[in-house]
Amino acid sequence: MENILEVKNLHVSFDTHGGEVTAVRGVSFDLKKGETLAIVGESGSGKSVTTRAIARLIPSPPGRIKEGEILFNGKDLAKLKEKQMQQIRGKDISTIFQDPMTSLNPTMKIGKQIMEGLMKHQKMDRSLAKKKAIELLDLVGLPDAKERVDQYPHQFSGGQRQRVVIAIALACNPQILIADEPTTALDVTIQAQILELMKDIQRKTESSIIFITHDLGVVANVADRVAVMYAGKIVEIGTVDEIFYNPKHPYTWGLLGSMPTLDNEEESLVAIPGSPPDMLQPPKGDAFAPRNEYALEIDNELDPPMFKVSDTHYAATWLLHEYAPKVEPPAAVKKRMKGFGNTGASPISKKGDD
Amino acid sequence: MAKYILQRLGYMVVTLYLIATFSFFLMKMLPGSPLRAKEKLSEAQQLIVLEKYGLNDPVPVQYIKYIGDLLQGDLGISFQMKNQAVTDILLNRIPISAQLGLYALLIGTTVGMLLGIAAAIKNNSWVDYSANFVSVIGISIPSFIFAGLLQYYVGVELGLLPIAFWGTWQQAIMPTIALAIFPMAIAARFMRTEMIEVLGSDFIVTARAKGLNETAVLFKHGLRNALIPLVTVMGPMAVSLMTGTLVIEQIFSIPGIGEQFVTSVMTDDFSVIMGTTLFFAFFFVFIILIVDVLYGIIDPRIRLAGGKD
Ligand SMILES: Nc1ncnc2c1ncn2[C@@H]1O[C@H](COP(=O)(O)OP(=O)(O)OP(=O)(O)O)[C@@H](O)[C@H]1O
Ligand SMILES: [Mg+2]
Repeated sequence: MENILEVKNLHVSFDTHGGEVTAVRGVSFDLKKGETLAIVGESGSGKSVTTRAIARLIPSPPGRIKEGEILFNGKDLAKLKEKQMQQIRGKDISTIFQDPMTSLNPTMKIGKQIMEGLMKHQKMDRSLAKKKAIELLDLVGLPDAKERVDQYPHQFSGGQRQRVVIAIALACNPQILIADEPTTALDVTIQAQILELMKDIQRKTESSIIFITHDLGVVANVADRVAVMYAGKIVEIGTVDEIFYNPKHPYTWGLLGSMPTLDNEEESLVAIPGSPPDMLQPPKGDAFAPRNEYALEIDNELDPPMFKVSDTHYAATWLLHEYAPKVEPPAAVKKRMKGFGNTGASPISKKGDD
Repeated sequence: MAKYILQRLGYMVVTLYLIATFSFFLMKMLPGSPLRAKEKLSEAQQLIVLEKYGLNDPVPVQYIKYIGDLLQGDLGISFQMKNQAVTDILLNRIPISAQLGLYALLIGTTVGMLLGIAAAIKNNSWVDYSANFVSVIGISIPSFIFAGLLQYYVGVELGLLPIAFWGTWQQAIMPTIALAIFPMAIAARFMRTEMIEVLGSDFIVTARAKGLNETAVLFKHGLRNALIPLVTVMGPMAVSLMTGTLVIEQIFSIPGIGEQFVTSVMTDDFSVIMGTTLFFAFFFVFIILIVDVLYGIIDPRIRLAGGKD
């Protein structure tokens, strides 16, 4: 399938009083038309910074895109002027943020907040934009859209506000929808509704989605592919099946091991020991090595490159090198991997051949 | 909303009544009499005068008479100024003070807001530091110092502007500036803090994510939210301007209500003092009402709550 977005060797840094925070350190991936790519990883791993860099929403100063290309339909967004980027933002690339309680302007009617993008990008006049705003509210499943369009955010519940935020993001039929933990701030039943809504919308609009989440259950539910981030890098990327049934990176094992599932309540969760590195002074070699029980000598010296597992599956761990000892995921993780088989789609086993 | 305003007007009347009562009795407890300055009068003459103005009646009787007159809009007559009605004196002088105060408030807050916004956008740059310097000076130095400095340098040394009196626009410039510096400084500081906070909030990122240009983000999304807290300080600011005019009108010999108040206090002109006090009180309560209403207009969350009960 055709790539709509290609991110190549993206580096993003923040210049702070303490020094340069290297939040994103060489991220590369592509996004295909109509697919959903999930980005997972611990807090601080650079998920938000990566996607904000794509929408060019990194505050500057202190942030800057240091290096790399963000090719959107062949155009390098990293090099665009702010004025040119404003033509793309909200039109071709939209963002849904985490907290619907704070991401709407409290002093502006929600209708107006939806209409703004329409009036700017589609050059609609006020009445046409309002009509479209009502349609959008209908589309995102907000009842009584005609009346509610004239209300203020405080008159809506959290789930309803997130629907409004989604309506804003969808207004101009974006080709790429970036959803930065869109359900984290919502309670579980509302989460499920919002996820259904997003899947539904994707079926209708065929947009591509980058979906950031901490919840691997959500990943299994919505994503086609998964990128696992750690300390500003993608350490493993592959299809959902590959990541869930054939994970190669010890960090991915750790994430899977720390994920609660319904059918193994009796086991305690396996937390990943230690904490992520300080991005002011990223360690030499593999940033995950200090927390990795399978770390090799070389991990302390050299950052592993991306090893190919299959055409769609890559992982950055020296364990995939031909000279490396063969290690299996820990038993607990293996058991969980089987567990996913009971809840998810039929397992596909792809054997790595490197 | 209308019901809310009516309710507030009701409270206002009660407040004003209480203030009138308190000031009346406080005035009565003060030593001194309007006749003090005229000691040339014989005892008998003084008695006649006091009798004529009803000042020999028992205090409660005077009080009831005063309040009765007040209800009819009659504030009595001046003891010192050829029997002029206090209402006339006030009506002559209020417009002048109002004009001065309003100019100062408008110019001060407008300039202050612009300074504050500029400082917030260029946070931690020389723009920010200079704006901060200006507002610290404006807050810490009282207006009469500026008045004096302006009079001396601009008025006397450079001879650019008249140093006193009221009537031409040239005469209005220096007192307005002197009076405007404090509200300007307050507005600048407030606006900067609020704007920085608002510009850091999530909905500003949402606005940028829509592809809006920076001007729209700042003014359509940022400003209104930053204005809400500013409105709350505008009230006290207007009131502090009132005290400012007391001094500034004196310094520039402007025949406003502040100057009248000071003169009346010096001459124990009881009815004029009462009248001006009541006017100041009315102004104060009125400003608070205006601020509340404005607040409701700017902030929809308050509007709803206020409208419901
Ligand atoms: N404005 C900023 N100034 C300085 N450092 C920043 C800034 N924004 C992000 N960072 C740093 O960038 C790194 C990555 O942050 P990011 O927000 O992308 O993490 P994340 O993976 O989205 O985490 P979470 O799951 O908590 O949202 C962090 O170390 C963070 O401290
Ligand atoms: Mg994040």
